Amino acid sequence: MAAINSYILKPWLVVVIGISFIISLFLLDLSLGSVKISVEELLNIISGNPSKKAWEYIFFSFRLPKAITAILTGAGISVAGLQMQTLFKNPLAGPSVLGISHGASLGVAVFVLSSTAIFGVTTNFQEALGSWGLVLFAIAGSFLVLLSVLFASARISDGVTVLIVGLMFGFMTGAVVSILQYFSDPELIQNFLVWTFGSLSGVAWSQLRVMGPVIALTLLLSLLYSKQMNALLLGENYATGVGINVARTRLKLILTTSVVAGTITAFTGPIAFIGVAVPHLARLLFRTSNHKILIPGTMMCGAAIMLICDIDSQVPGTQTTLPLNSVTALFGAPVILAIIIKNKKMKGAF
Amino acid sequence: MESIATINQEAAHLTRPILYTQGLTIGYKTKRNTLELEKDLNIKIRNGELVCLIGPNGCGKSTLMRTIAGLQKPLHGETFIAEVDVNNIKPHQYAKLLRLVLTDRVNVGAMTVMDIVSIGRYPYTNYFAKLKSSDYEIIERSLDSVHLTSYKDRFFSELSDGEKQRVLIAKALAQDTPLILLDEPTAHLDLPNRVEIMNILKRLAKQTNKAIFLSTHELDLALQTADTIWLMNRKEALKSGTPEDLVLSGMFERVFKSSAFTFDKFSGSFKVVHPTKGKVSLSGNDVHSTWARRALEREGYQVVQDADWPISILHEEDRWKLEMNGKTFQCQDIGELLSTIREAN
Repeated sequence: MAAINSYILKPWLVVVIGISFIISLFLLDLSLGSVKISVEELLNIISGNPSKKAWEYIFFSFRLPKAITAILTGAGISVAGLQMQTLFKNPLAGPSVLGISHGASLGVAVFVLSSTAIFGVTTNFQEALGSWGLVLFAIAGSFLVLLSVLFASARISDGVTVLIVGLMFGFMTGAVVSILQYFSDPELIQNFLVWTFGSLSGVAWSQLRVMGPVIALTLLLSLLYSKQMNALLLGENYATGVGINVARTRLKLILTTSVVAGTITAFTGPIAFIGVAVPHLARLLFRTSNHKILIPGTMMCGAAIMLICDIDSQVPGTQTTLPLNSVTALFGAPVILAIIIKNKKMKGAF
Repeated sequence: MESIATINQEAAHLTRPILYTQGLTIGYKTKRNTLELEKDLNIKIRNGELVCLIGPNGCGKSTLMRTIAGLQKPLHGETFIAEVDVNNIKPHQYAKLLRLVLTDRVNVGAMTVMDIVSIGRYPYTNYFAKLKSSDYEIIERSLDSVHLTSYKDRFFSELSDGEKQRVLIAKALAQDTPLILLDEPTAHLDLPNRVEIMNILKRLAKQTNKAIFLSTHELDLALQTADTIWLMNRKEALKSGTPEDLVLSGMFERVFKSSAFTFDKFSGSFKVVHPTKGKVSLSGNDVHSTWARRALEREGYQVVQDADWPISILHEEDRWKLEMNGKTFQCQDIGELLSTIREAN
């Protein structure tokens, strides 16, 4: 991809190539699954003449919302990761590492589990999933953790320590979740556990109606932050020096990140490592840290990677689906390992 | 008539300081005690002036720099930049008045030189940081004045320390503020780069009529390039003046006095004090004798002109004639001269 750096590929061409790549992955994701639907058949379904009624049902009720969720989730969680990396000036920051996803899990656990533990009311997990209440709790949880991490990081200039602080907050929220589980109904616990595996297929149209606009809006918002984020790259003193209100920018970034990470986690369960790994892929691919290019680039890479992960989670030739969280971890963890091993070059890569 | 008006305008511009302080006291205040580093400062910097702040480590150079830049609250008094109190300034206004270049190393990864320098235009651009053709012109000019035009598309992280410093200066120039502050811009640099940076800053101050204020440990360079020197010292109050006046008044000597070296008023440089082994008479005033004098002083001899001493040295016909303990030696070069003296002792 050195071609982009030497300006052989025009930016619009990169966008066209990227979008067509995402569209082909999108079609592949729609076609593969427990039943294989050919691309030809996909077109038939869309035009309204399906050969089998069942396929139409599968397509509209499961495949399509799942593929759209994959794109939104991938783009959202990756941009959240990019924002964290720039804000904390740390290449290993990301929603799952800094405990933000854990915070969202805590919110979900409090919402779902505490209803039985405290009020003795049994909540229907499937019903609760995707309700506004759950989303708000998840956002509140992630916001709480992110705010605490930021508060701690204001006193610590060392980036690695900030990560450890994030991990500790993650452990603490995990502990609270465990306590809640201890007092909960076994069936709910099982539901909650399945939720923590992460899944895109739990998002139906009714939930997508909530999630879609929220993620789309915050993604659009994050496109507006490229100027502030570029200035932050140079350090807070430099950012102040070029007239950026650092405190306000920090708050904006934290708010969008917790809304994105909180909403996504509320619907799909925690998704590991995508948020940390994808911004690095985008930097490598586009050979720049300039956020004007990097933010849309990260969105495109995130959408593509998430579609690939979703396709991969369908074990070929079987009916089995792997937990999404494991697939993303299997993809993301090696990327992060590679970053740590190349630590000396990390500062340059960031 | 028009030209006279312009000159008058310029003169007015020159006489009004871009920065001045009123009763500024800098230092640190904790709950228990107050540490005052400088008290009641009334200092000013004019447009087109290059001011160097020098002083021993720990005397408060960075504190003064940070206080003037509004990064740190003064204990008392005010700093005015273009008649605006620096502690009462709005962020966007601040960004158009002064630019502070810090010593912190900047790690930005895959940002090109162009990316970095265009950040300097941020105070003038819209929400999307869209650059207009006039912005590009200023960026080009800034890069040109630090001789980095051909580096535009290079990655910042791949540059040398000297080049990085020049990029940051270009960024400060692109910001087009009437006042530029630099905290030790020559730190981490080798001698050619130090000289180059100082020359660039000197030229910029004259060409662009910007006020440039920098702190440095490069006394020699500061004496040669600065219009005004602010001399800081833990024991005495800050003194400001032209380099030459500060040297003649003996201020320089006092501030940097140490048992290990002295300040030589004649050469304007520091000399290491060596324990003396005795006197040597050296005749001649040409370049050879100057360097022989340095070598002998390093060896610990005091060099004098009159000939009544046990060791006397004379340079003639490209050879050194050494008389010592009644014997006469012929030496090819200074190295041989020194080893002969060492052996004969």
